[in-house]
Amino acid sequence: MIDATDRRILSATQGGLPLVAAPYAEVAGWLDLDEAEVIARIGAMIESGVIRRIAVAPNHYALGMVANGMSVWDVEDEQAETLGAKVGALDFVSHCYLRPRAEGWPYNLFAMIHGPDRDAVEAHRDQIAALLGGACRASDVLYSTRILKKTGMRLRQEG
Amino acid sequence: MRRTPLPPDTLDAIDRQIINVLQEGFPLCPRPFAEVASALGLEEEALIGRIAALREIGAITRFGPFLDAAAMGGAFCLCAMAVPEERFEDVLTLVNAHPEVAHNYERVHRLNMWFVLACDRPEDIDATADRIERETEIAVLRFPKLKEFFIGFRVAA
Repeated sequence: MIDATDRRILSATQGGLPLVAAPYAEVAGWLDLDEAEVIARIGAMIESGVIRRIAVAPNHYALGMVANGMSVWDVEDEQAETLGAKVGALDFVSHCYLRPRAEGWPYNLFAMIHGPDRDAVEAHRDQIAALLGGACRASDVLYSTRILKKTGMRLRQEG
Repeated sequence: MRRTPLPPDTLDAIDRQIINVLQEGFPLCPRPFAEVASALGLEEEALIGRIAALREIGAITRFGPFLDAAAMGGAFCLCAMAVPEERFEDVLTLVNAHPEVAHNYERVHRLNMWFVLACDRPEDIDATADRIERETEIAVLRFPKLKEFFIGFRVAA
């Protein structure tokens, strides 16, 4: 589990890493730590999975991918992991998950598809269908019509 | 956040390469930008300047550590409800009133309201979903992730 110093590092970098040549030294300076400790603690948090990765988040809308659809697939359980990994690797899929089925909901594989317009999303959906082949029994795609709420992930202040 | 496309020729091939490479991860060393820059055949300063510009124009929304709420002791769950059209706004008010509701989208389907619950403790997910069911008298279907396949999103280079 992470301690109070780890939390301070996460809090300080939630807005992003500073864009300077030595960003970890900069963060260390803010928190009165040394650079080596900041690097070691971030490394440990990546190792334990608290930090998934240090990376950029592209803005799909700005990059012209203004259409998206949540595609859902009923894939044979025995093949779901293998096929899910293949779907997740497609360059127009941003998120891909296995989830439980529910009553009236036969789908276990969810893949968010992005494209410049809805026709492109539908074409990508056909590509996924071809990739899944006979292992897929049914599918659907759900388009969003409205964002009803969007708040970022908040970090608790206390440990 | 910018929700309209940038003019098509705003980003050059190097910008696109930067966005793709930096989605994979970023080095943990004293001069990480220098390391990435050399792999891309750029100067350290030029890379930093381009990332700043990409952020400035809204081509990227964030550059930094991405946290896993579950690994921090929190829990997430995707939920869906089939809300009758005439009750949609009332139900929306009840659902969004819960601070645990992080994102909420209207989608074209019988299940027309999709939201993510973000809680500090796993047991709070079911408690919150149950509360929403009682308040709205509509079933809250729960779709926790069983497995994630993360690769990211590529910009045509």
